[in-house]
Amino acid sequence: MLKFVGKRLLMMIPVLLGISFVLFAIVEFTPGDPAQLILGEGATREEIEELREEMGLNDNFFVRYVRYVVDAVQGNFGTSYRTGKSVVDEVLPRFPVTLRLAFFGIAGAVIIGIPIGIISAVKQYSKLDMVCTITALTLTSIPTFWLGLMLMLLFALKLGWLPATNVENWTGYILPCVTLTAGTMAMILRMTRSTMLETIRQDYIRTARAKGASTRRIVFKHALRNALLPVITYVGMTFGIQLGGTVIIESVFSVPGMGSLMITSIRMKDSPVLMASVLLAAFCAGLVNLFVDILYSYIDPRIKSQYVKG
Amino acid sequence: MDEVVIKKSNPWLTIWHRYRKNRLAMFGLILLIALILVALFAGVFLDYEQDVVHQDIIHKLQWPSAEHPFGTDKYGRDIMARVIWGARISLSVGFITVFLALFIGAIIGAVAGFYGGKVDNILMRIMDVFLAMPSTMLAIAVVSALGTDMINLLIALAIARIPQFARIVRSAILSVKGMDFVEAARSYGAKDKLIIFKHIIPNAIGPIIVQTTTNLANTILGVAGLSFIGLGIQPPTPEWGSMLSEAKEHMRYYPYLMISPGIAIILAVLAFNLIGDGLRDALDPRLKN
Repeated sequence: MLKFVGKRLLMMIPVLLGISFVLFAIVEFTPGDPAQLILGEGATREEIEELREEMGLNDNFFVRYVRYVVDAVQGNFGTSYRTGKSVVDEVLPRFPVTLRLAFFGIAGAVIIGIPIGIISAVKQYSKLDMVCTITALTLTSIPTFWLGLMLMLLFALKLGWLPATNVENWTGYILPCVTLTAGTMAMILRMTRSTMLETIRQDYIRTARAKGASTRRIVFKHALRNALLPVITYVGMTFGIQLGGTVIIESVFSVPGMGSLMITSIRMKDSPVLMASVLLAAFCAGLVNLFVDILYSYIDPRIKSQYVKG
Repeated sequence: MDEVVIKKSNPWLTIWHRYRKNRLAMFGLILLIALILVALFAGVFLDYEQDVVHQDIIHKLQWPSAEHPFGTDKYGRDIMARVIWGARISLSVGFITVFLALFIGAIIGAVAGFYGGKVDNILMRIMDVFLAMPSTMLAIAVVSALGTDMINLLIALAIARIPQFARIVRSAILSVKGMDFVEAARSYGAKDKLIIFKHIIPNAIGPIIVQTTTNLANTILGVAGLSFIGLGIQPPTPEWGSMLSEAKEHMRYYPYLMISPGIAIILAVLAFNLIGDGLRDALDPRLKN
């Protein structure tokens, strides 16, 4: 198992290198001179040239890329062009905000989505199933930013129960989390229902039923474990992506998280901050995926035996 | 002698028969056809300069009335005309993006799956890199590098979707590659290109179609989202997301501004989602009876 985890962690290195390379290339194509950006409009050509030389901007693309990677490995991600602070100090305070948002968002989605998905599948074609399926389908078709704005309009602006934008205390997290939950919950519900339906049709379920096991036992003991595997993958993937910043929701509710940091750094052409935050996002997504794979082996013993052999 | 009638069943017809039975899926199809018709004929009823982008400040921010069924926006433009024109923008951006991504992704996936080995490994690792980046972020970064205009937006959104298609085409190809009819084609000396496009892809088309439909839904949401945060289609072009972005500042006192563009997005996305679900069920041989 340890060997497997180590191998997977090593496999993340080429992916992160690839991402940093693609980003570096994109930044290269982006118009705008960092030296000009730092010095402002009033700077003379000599000053800009001097700073460019000092920052090593006149070197060849590959030289600069290698230098970036070498520095990054040592934990030095450069300084922000916008604020002059170290990139690490810019990015780290943002992370807990996004973490909270993503965690409560996904937790709500799992707690509501999976049970309703199971009920919907067990009572296929019932009225309840129809209502759940149609609601879930509609929810997946609603743009998150629109749903967020509607909730804000109702609960913050009209009723005044909740703050519209402030995340200083926990009440500010309610609306963004609910918005985030709604879409993910609908996807989880749909997936749970369809994988559950597929599982219920399998032979071993029929066998269990023939042996006289109760529906309850069949659902929880036999079907659920198998049906949940794809759902867990989806939950892991979504959580991984959301850890990197829920760009649109953060923009709607003005949440100072990773997503809004990325948008600001793109707008202000603050490439060091952008690079670091996207790399952190990709790293988180990779870690969550790894965790999901480990979780898999506990749910499905067949997978575990593969690791032990390999 | 009696005439012998050989009934050859057309697989597409069978799929259509199964699809037709699904009422929700049919609703989605009708919705989509209606939207396409609205988009196609918008130019007949509306004059872009006069009805869609022309500002008329005196009549700004009017609540819905007989004259302006969806009201007017902060520049006095009729929202209904803009929402109708928006169908053109969203549907065309959606279709072009997804088919571009499908085309490039299919080539990459087909090559990777068909040749296997080193080629497969290199191509799929490159796809992994793109998959590991959040697709919204990737699109935003590309748009900011190239500048915010329609073509760049199309490229940005397509790039983010190529890996999904490459993967699905690859796995579809792997699943039919070893089958007898492919061996047969190879044995009579068919070229690789012919085998891929004539024999393998048609047999692997099911999952690709479903993926395409769901992707259309996601792309329309994606375009709206990017335009909403100001990185997509720019005003005065009437894109639903950018209309909502403009409406946001007046949301408190003129909430009607938010309603019609939002409903338009939901209907378009819902149509594709319903069709995607219906196709998935209709194409699944396990649900045949």
